[in-house]
Amino acid sequence: MMHDGAFSDPARERQLFARRLFFGTLVTLLLSIVLSLRYFDLQISRYEDFATQSNNNRVLVRPLPPARGLIYDRKGELIADNRPSYDLTIVPERSDNIEQLLSELGKLITISERDLQRFRKQLSRRRPFEQTTLHINLSEAERAILAVNGHRLGGAETSARLIRHYPHKDLFAHAVGYVGRINERESQAIDGVKYSGTDSIGKIGLEKFYETQLLGTVGSEQVETNARGRAMRILEQTPALPGDNLTLYLDSDLQRVAFEAFNGERGALVAIEIETGGILAMVSTPSYDPNLFVTGISQKNYDGLLYSKDRPLFDRSIRGQYPPGSTIKPMFGLIALQHNIVSPSYQINDNGYFYFKGIERPWRDHNFARGGHGDGVDLSKAIIESCNIYFYGLGVKTGIDLLSDYGSQFGLGARTGIDMPGERPGIMPNRAWKKGAHGQSWFNGDTINTSIGQGFMLTTPLQLAVMSARIASRGDLRTPRLVKSINGIEQAPPPPGTNINISDKHWDYMHKAMEDVVHSSRGTARSISQGLDYKIAGKTGTAQAISIDAEEKYDSSKLEKNQWDHALFVAFAPVADPKIAIGLIVENGEHGGSSAAPIARAVFDAYMASQESATLVNR
Amino acid sequence: MHRNDFVRQLNNPGGDRRPSRVLHLDIPLLLLLLTLCGIGLTVLYSASGQSIFYVKRQATFMLVGLFAMLVMAQFKPRFWERGSLLIYIGGLLSLIAVLFFGVGAKGAQRWLDLGFTRFQPSELMKIAVPMMVSAYLSKRYMPPRFKYVFVATLATLLPVFLVARQPDLGTSLIIFSSGFFAIFLAGLRKRYLVATGLLALAAIPTLWFYVLLDYQKQRVLTLLNPGEDKLGAGWNIIQSTTAIGSGGWSGKGWTQGTQSQLNFLPESHTDFIIAVLAEEFGLIGVLSLLLVYLLLIGRCMVIALNAQTLFSRLVAGTLSLTFFVYIFVNMGMVSGILPVVGAPLPFISYGGSAIVTLFSGFGILMAISTEQKRI
Repeated sequence: MMHDGAFSDPARERQLFARRLFFGTLVTLLLSIVLSLRYFDLQISRYEDFATQSNNNRVLVRPLPPARGLIYDRKGELIADNRPSYDLTIVPERSDNIEQLLSELGKLITISERDLQRFRKQLSRRRPFEQTTLHINLSEAERAILAVNGHRLGGAETSARLIRHYPHKDLFAHAVGYVGRINERESQAIDGVKYSGTDSIGKIGLEKFYETQLLGTVGSEQVETNARGRAMRILEQTPALPGDNLTLYLDSDLQRVAFEAFNGERGALVAIEIETGGILAMVSTPSYDPNLFVTGISQKNYDGLLYSKDRPLFDRSIRGQYPPGSTIKPMFGLIALQHNIVSPSYQINDNGYFYFKGIERPWRDHNFARGGHGDGVDLSKAIIESCNIYFYGLGVKTGIDLLSDYGSQFGLGARTGIDMPGERPGIMPNRAWKKGAHGQSWFNGDTINTSIGQGFMLTTPLQLAVMSARIASRGDLRTPRLVKSINGIEQAPPPPGTNINISDKHWDYMHKAMEDVVHSSRGTARSISQGLDYKIAGKTGTAQAISIDAEEKYDSSKLEKNQWDHALFVAFAPVADPKIAIGLIVENGEHGGSSAAPIARAVFDAYMASQESATLVNR
Repeated sequence: MHRNDFVRQLNNPGGDRRPSRVLHLDIPLLLLLLTLCGIGLTVLYSASGQSIFYVKRQATFMLVGLFAMLVMAQFKPRFWERGSLLIYIGGLLSLIAVLFFGVGAKGAQRWLDLGFTRFQPSELMKIAVPMMVSAYLSKRYMPPRFKYVFVATLATLLPVFLVARQPDLGTSLIIFSSGFFAIFLAGLRKRYLVATGLLALAAIPTLWFYVLLDYQKQRVLTLLNPGEDKLGAGWNIIQSTTAIGSGGWSGKGWTQGTQSQLNFLPESHTDFIIAVLAEEFGLIGVLSLLLVYLLLIGRCMVIALNAQTLFSRLVAGTLSLTFFVYIFVNMGMVSGILPVVGAPLPFISYGGSAIVTLFSGFGILMAISTEQKRI
């Protein structure tokens, strides 16, 4: 087997083979060293890193969301609770083909374009194996469909969580507010750890004000998981602590009576328990269903609310600022009495015009027939019949400094400090304010306008209620509050030591005058006195929604309804031992006596009835 | 050829009567193989999630493998030398058959369904190629001339491409190595060696653009940057390096490896089983296993050096070097220095075909080993 001159030489062949084999062995050893070094590098040099990584891999810390604190009314009726919501979630890692899964799901249940958009957006920022929500609030039927088809929907799961629920729907929307999804801005402001288990946060109302207390403490569990993200066993658990439960001063029966009494009209009512300053009812109408916001309101629904002419989202009770009109007359009367500017016996002759020296054009009484209230108008009559001319003079004589100073004491021109966010301060004008706001000096004309609650002056319905309560309580400076107790612990702030400095005889005088507003035959609110078995003290008011020229007469028939005057009413009852005070407004309601006062009467009736039944029970 | 080559001591009544001689067993080799089997079953129990089922099945495969080894050992090397071409052609035809009638799983077509059992021709080629190339070259003088090298290379590359198309990159790499080692040990001239190296470099773009499938390219890219696709192709590597690295010096203890026990580790009982061993027994465990492997290879080298014929020497040398390729590719890919190709860790990874093939290869080595021990 000779080939091409080569010759068989077994010894040389062996030697060549041995050399080659030796070389192979050398390479083998070399590569073995490479492997050893690689394993040394991983296991020894970088041990710490990998040990940590492995531990993280193994142990997943999952937040346990706390149950949000419940909100009860004063009688223990639930106003805000939590109920399970079933969501359709997807873990893409567990699905073979996500697009196919989505189209499959689309055939089974209705998945909106918005769902899909949000899903895809979330998908891009989630962590591996994190559930991504596709559709929220599955109906029972949808859950059944998904369960039946579960075997071919790998990656899709139905998961339950607790969501906020407001059983009374629109009844407490403004006072209690609602929770909603944490938005971009909020997520920067909050402590991410505290919110790690939840995607909701109080947006407005009590839900926002008491967010810290309601939220609860997030718990956690350490679970061992496999690489598919499935929990294999729980290593350690720190249970979540539910949020604090709030009990409110609000009375849901009273709230409902007030709400229904508005009968769909735009307006707001605040009722205060005089003894405590607790808010018994707080209504802003029209309202909306806060449940819509909990899981994210649709753009269509939101636009509907936002652009509605009636502005249902607007909380008139604490954010609506209206000229108080004649409702401030009792307060101004008290100031004038206290400072001896007028006496009960002081009378004027009202011919319908008020001339002020140096000003040619007279002030008129828009509210009353030309010709005025006639002879013998004293303070009482000026209150009962709501005589502007009397108060023009009273105001000018008292001066803006005193009016403004006392106005503040009665709760006007500044936030009342109620435990709610977003309260507006209104305006109790004075010299400094005008200088700041308009850069102008204060004129007597300004005082004249102010003296009948017009001009610059603005108040919220809450402020009117506070003013009413302070008149009723003879100057008790209590701050209005919504929350009575947290987890059963009373929250009432210590009562302020001193009352507004006004003599008792003046309080008596004014209470009587206000009683006669309702109970005398010439009172502006006499219409509500029928069938009353207790005494109401009140004061009507009318506020211009648009400005009327002094020469023109206000004639509602010539105006659109939304230009009609606002009707206001402040009142308290029973007069002998005041328990409850009310401030309210009916937008474009025209006359406080005819449209606003009946609403207050309804609330008083309900309150008195409940007091009576409570007394009966106590016996 | 010596007449003695054909003489087996079985035919020699006056020969060594020890059972190992009678059964043609190389005792050091056998002991090392049994050691590996023991390690394999121990790690497998943990890696399979403490499944006795897998351990039993694997033990059965090992017994079948041991039996196959025993049978192979009884044939004279000369028999294998003569039969190698036939086996090779049979293997090649069945590989072509796999292309058309093959069955498979996970998108790869690897098996021929014979009715009573499934047969994986690529496994056969792991032995057929080194034997055939060795037989072919041992008939020429060393170092082989270019045309013989060319023929041998062609004989190697044909099955390599067929297997790579299945696709089974790991096996085709093993087959390629075995053919190459045979040619190399036969004394491939250095200039060819250099030329082959250059050719291989030149072939890389061709391989990249025309041969490698997308997922195979992805594996190479992943190797370069496993962090880029943490949940896709990089996942295996990230998880296996984490498993290995968290083992430290002495590991977390048997069945205590969290990465593997909690299913973070993919393919933990097959290709990635070394990560389980590394996690649970640490660097000490890894180096111990490597030592056993090297002792085994060392023993094979000794057998190769002492082999009686050029064919025996080439086959023994080739098989032992190829055996190291298994180890290097597997341990390299799991630790993230080589791309992920399907390559089991010999005697440790779960899988019947690979075990039987390995034992068969060692059967031939035993035949060669005991051949020299004749009186």
